[in-house]
Amino acid sequence: MNILIITFYLFSLSAIAGGLMTVISRNPVHSVLWLILAFISSAGLFVLLGAEFLAMLLIIVYVGAVAVLFLFVVMMLDVDFSTLKAEMAGYLPIALLIGVVLVMQLGMAFGVWSYAETALGAREVLANSEHHNTKALGLILYDRYFILFQLSGLILLVAMIGAIVLTLRHRKNVKRQNILSQIYRDPDKSVEIRDVKPGQGL
Amino acid sequence: MIGIEHYLTTASILFVIGIFGLFLNRKNVIILLMSIELMLLAVNINLVAFSSYLGDLVGQVFTLFILTVAAAEAAIGLAIIVSFFRNRGTIAVEDVNVMKG
Repeated sequence: MNILIITFYLFSLSAIAGGLMTVISRNPVHSVLWLILAFISSAGLFVLLGAEFLAMLLIIVYVGAVAVLFLFVVMMLDVDFSTLKAEMAGYLPIALLIGVVLVMQLGMAFGVWSYAETALGAREVLANSEHHNTKALGLILYDRYFILFQLSGLILLVAMIGAIVLTLRHRKNVKRQNILSQIYRDPDKSVEIRDVKPGQGL
Repeated sequence: MIGIEHYLTTASILFVIGIFGLFLNRKNVIILLMSIELMLLAVNINLVAFSSYLGDLVGQVFTLFILTVAAAEAAIGLAIIVSFFRNRGTIAVEDVNVMKG
């Protein structure tokens, strides 16, 4: 019981620290690394909540793909980040003001919050302890939410095509394979028989 | 068992940090995208916490879809940043005024 609470506070504090350092870090590469820390700690929180599949998905998809994509772009773009960061202090007061106002609003909403009377009755799919988390998720994802599942695959396809179209560019002085000219090549014209005299060459 | 309030507090702090980052990094679009990812992460923590404490699996399914959309959004956003940087040589937000919007 006690170890559970300690683990929760560990993951929670490291998630918050990671998020904060992501935002205020001067070097964008460090920002991405702090973002990875926030994602991994949140995956730990998911494990504590019993959502093991989502925790592993968070690590694989976010840390493995999205954060690495961020890292690639940060390192690929040759931006002078020191000048971008130099004016950060000017925005600090307004950012702090908005942050504090939001925290107060959330705190006030939190003070009067309680479960609705109908919350327990409005549950759609009850989690049973019969299946483990991954199997239970799969049973409803491929059954009740099949259309949404297919549509999210379509979203990923559109995103992939869009990203490729946006970043693809053709350079002028690069030789490319022209498949049609290869196909329509005439064998009779491509081979030529020459009579080479000895000692002269062509 | 830890109360759900603890998870909600963590998630709301992460969300506010995300908004704080949006206002703090007005110049750097990459960190803006990271702040958006942080906010989506906070929402995911909220959904999973409620899903776990109410015993309802739909919250986790919804989190799955949010993860999908967030990954697509990050890919498109970074592609836009790359092509913008190629054309203009900068990624500062205030230089994004080609369309006079």
